[in-house]
Amino acid sequence: MHYESPVRQPLILGDKSYNQITEDVVRPIENPAPRSWWMVFSIALVMFLWGVGSLAYTVGTGIGVWGLNKTVGWAWDITNFVWWVGIGHAGTLISAVLLLFRQRWRMAINRSAEAMTIFSVIQAGLFPVFHMGRVWMAYWVLPIPNQFGSLWVNFNSPLLWDVFAISTYLSVSVVFWYVGLIPDFAMVRDRAVNPVQKHIYKILSFGWGGKAKAWQRFEEVSLVLAGLATPLVLSVHTIVSMDFATSVIPGWHTTIFPPYFVAGAIFSGFAMVQTLLLIVRKVFKMEDYITVQHIEMMNIIIMVTGSIVGVAYITELFIAWYSGVEYEQYAFLNRATGPYWWAYWSMMTCNVFSPQFMWFKKLRTNLVFTFVISIVVNIGMWFERFVIIVTSLHRDYLPSSWSMFSPSFVDVGIFVGTIGFFFVLFLLYARTFPVIAQAELKTILKTSGEAQKKHHSDHGAHH
Amino acid sequence: MAHTTEPTPVVRALYHDDDVLISAVKEIRAAGYKISEVYTPFPVHGLDKAMGLKETRIAMAAFMYGLLGLTVAVTLTWYMMISDWPQNIGGKPNYNWGMNMPAFVPILFELTVFFAAHLMVWTYLVINGLYPGADAQNPDPRTTDDYFMVELPAADGLVDVLKKSGAVEIAEA
Repeated sequence: MHYESPVRQPLILGDKSYNQITEDVVRPIENPAPRSWWMVFSIALVMFLWGVGSLAYTVGTGIGVWGLNKTVGWAWDITNFVWWVGIGHAGTLISAVLLLFRQRWRMAINRSAEAMTIFSVIQAGLFPVFHMGRVWMAYWVLPIPNQFGSLWVNFNSPLLWDVFAISTYLSVSVVFWYVGLIPDFAMVRDRAVNPVQKHIYKILSFGWGGKAKAWQRFEEVSLVLAGLATPLVLSVHTIVSMDFATSVIPGWHTTIFPPYFVAGAIFSGFAMVQTLLLIVRKVFKMEDYITVQHIEMMNIIIMVTGSIVGVAYITELFIAWYSGVEYEQYAFLNRATGPYWWAYWSMMTCNVFSPQFMWFKKLRTNLVFTFVISIVVNIGMWFERFVIIVTSLHRDYLPSSWSMFSPSFVDVGIFVGTIGFFFVLFLLYARTFPVIAQAELKTILKTSGEAQKKHHSDHGAHH
Repeated sequence: MAHTTEPTPVVRALYHDDDVLISAVKEIRAAGYKISEVYTPFPVHGLDKAMGLKETRIAMAAFMYGLLGLTVAVTLTWYMMISDWPQNIGGKPNYNWGMNMPAFVPILFELTVFFAAHLMVWTYLVINGLYPGADAQNPDPRTTDDYFMVELPAADGLVDVLKKSGAVEIAEA
């Protein structure tokens, strides 16, 4: 009944029982935080507060405190927006696409990957909202009847498509995540001894009792949500790329952008999942669940998507030359050899060259090396967005208006602040939420547990 | 066990393994007893069939909600962009909704997904009786960890069938 080919490596190491999985997943919730958690949390909180201060200064004084100028009207804000949205793609990809493809290795990592998605999309959303300047009028992007003039929102505009795409993505990701969390919160509730903790998890678990009919609906809802989230995740970065692709700017006006952006998003998202999970598995002793095999699988995805991104870069260069349009040709020549050459070549090195190390099994199963590469990839993907945005804008059709962009301390403060905010949220999550989807994981224990598989191969001949 | 004032006493049998649970459910039903509920810590595959549960129709509900979302999106874009206040935006033709439609595809898609996902999850919560602060539905807290509980109305000879089916604990309430 619970058979899986012996060729497949076990996904849960050691001799685990259902109860052991419960114990391992609740351990970080029921025990006091290690000192390292408090240290990292304090640093993240300080970064976050610096960001809050920078945002308050921006709102109080105006967008002029950023480093933008007449020629470069979009820079770090949109770079950071696209970077964070891109990181957000891995969570839904792991939980939805890998569910549809019945990839069981997703189960140990999907909870944290989805958490990462939600927290990074929150960071992304801050940038366009604050770039509006008058944030208290942000609700003007909603299609509501208004008394300020008889105009409606413009449904022809990619910027409005973005509003709908990002808000649908964020809210659907949240409910997808929460539907999966309800049974796990119930497990924490049923074990809790401390009355305050018991009460909090009672509220969070919505009264879940694991009735047979509820589980039947649960599985159907998860499957349908995965089916809805799969095209959704692909649509989000497609629409983000249309912010650029629909404008007549050399370097932006290309049809390759949607697939190229989606591949880049998956690439950077998986890198961020690696960064976070390598720490989580170590700090919370989850090595038996988030195994080296999981890390290796993700490294393979990083290698494949990194190579797709590399092909996209080369295609862009080829098409610029082949188009015969001198403005297009200049935009790419300027990227590679102009004043921002260092950003271009950082991007090329980090995104195209560095993932190629993952062809070697020794390197892709090396945890320290993986950690370093995961950071390098995210630096590279930040440079990619910076290169696309700033180098395309800074030398436009009129050489007299050419300029350079340099970020002000406020730009830096807001960016650092979002990194702090992201880690504040993720660290709070890691201490209070079940970081592994334990109910789902228990369903594969008998087929993919190490001891259970061994038992099968020893006794399998008798049946 | 102690007798309570409840009008219909129920028997609760605990099992410690999902395979034993499935075969027990089949045995109990074959012996002619009616199972009122089964509580499990994780989705046990094949349990709904063993219990004779009907298939859920929630996916069909989600499809309907998606159609509703699509209708809302069509209405919204038609009313705002074509009917109420048409404008020349980038020279895009907007004499009727169909001509302007390609620019609305992202909105049509996003609202379809938005309605299907959210309304389906609301439906799921309502029909399962799940809401913030609700009392736990499972009578025994161990059934969210590693125990499986079968609940059924008390009847003659039931306890023997349950014992034979592999129950590790039987309680009447």
